[in-house]
Amino acid sequence: MIDPRLVLVLSAALFSLGVAGVLLRRGAISILMCIELMLNSANLAFITFARVHGGPEAQIYVFFVMTLAAAEAAAGLAIVIALFRLKGTTDVDEISLLKW
Amino acid sequence: MVTFAFYVLALLTLASALVVVTHRNPVVAAVALAFNLVSIAGFYILLGAQFIGLLQVIVYAGAIMVLILFVIMLLNLSEEAPPRAAGTFQRVLAPAVTLLFAVVLGRALWSGGPATLPPPSEGFGTAAVLGRELFTRFYYPFEVISLLLIVAMVGAVLLAKRKLT
Repeated sequence: MIDPRLVLVLSAALFSLGVAGVLLRRGAISILMCIELMLNSANLAFITFARVHGGPEAQIYVFFVMTLAAAEAAAGLAIVIALFRLKGTTDVDEISLLKW
Repeated sequence: MVTFAFYVLALLTLASALVVVTHRNPVVAAVALAFNLVSIAGFYILLGAQFIGLLQVIVYAGAIMVLILFVIMLLNLSEEAPPRAAGTFQRVLAPAVTLLFAVVLGRALWSGGPATLPPPSEGFGTAAVLGRELFTRFYYPFEVISLLLIVAMVGAVLLAKRKLT
């Protein structure tokens, strides 16, 4: 049988990888993909706890997080396209429009 | 058998996540992310949440990944700029802080987490049970989240369309 703690530790490792990616990557799309990674690790922990406690609530939350991730991807990628049109790059170091 | 599948999936998930974080070519990173999402769907099914697992494959590995790949190809992105020169503040501090975070989070989950997996409850993870919950107890959140999707859709169209001036 699976030890649920192993799944939880795996989700912690995935989340940390996502954090490292957000901190280190420079492409805006790569950063968005790392955010998806973090959302997924949270979902994995949700499902593990759902199985441990047996109720349907945590699975409903995963359903909502997935919807949120879809909305985030759509809005985020639209912003990336708008920025690319404006600056010709998706490198987040080049994007400092609000800096003075 | 289940334990073996668990370790294989864990290995695949971590390896593909590592590729997502480290590979410079965004197309390779996106394909690795799709791989990662499918292996996480495998975890869901292994844990007995079939409906969420299938939803993961359809929504994440299907719709969201196609959207990301589509934008990568639309913008014709190739190699990302190399990371900042070694030795800069961020290059050193980011992995260190992340590692510390991983150790703290992992230890907390390991020592505080549940040690045994009980057998799944009646109807666990089926579309019937989740659908009933969604349209009774979680009816208002469900409506609000659909509103959010519409707002995101309209916002995306508005942001990405060419300015007419």
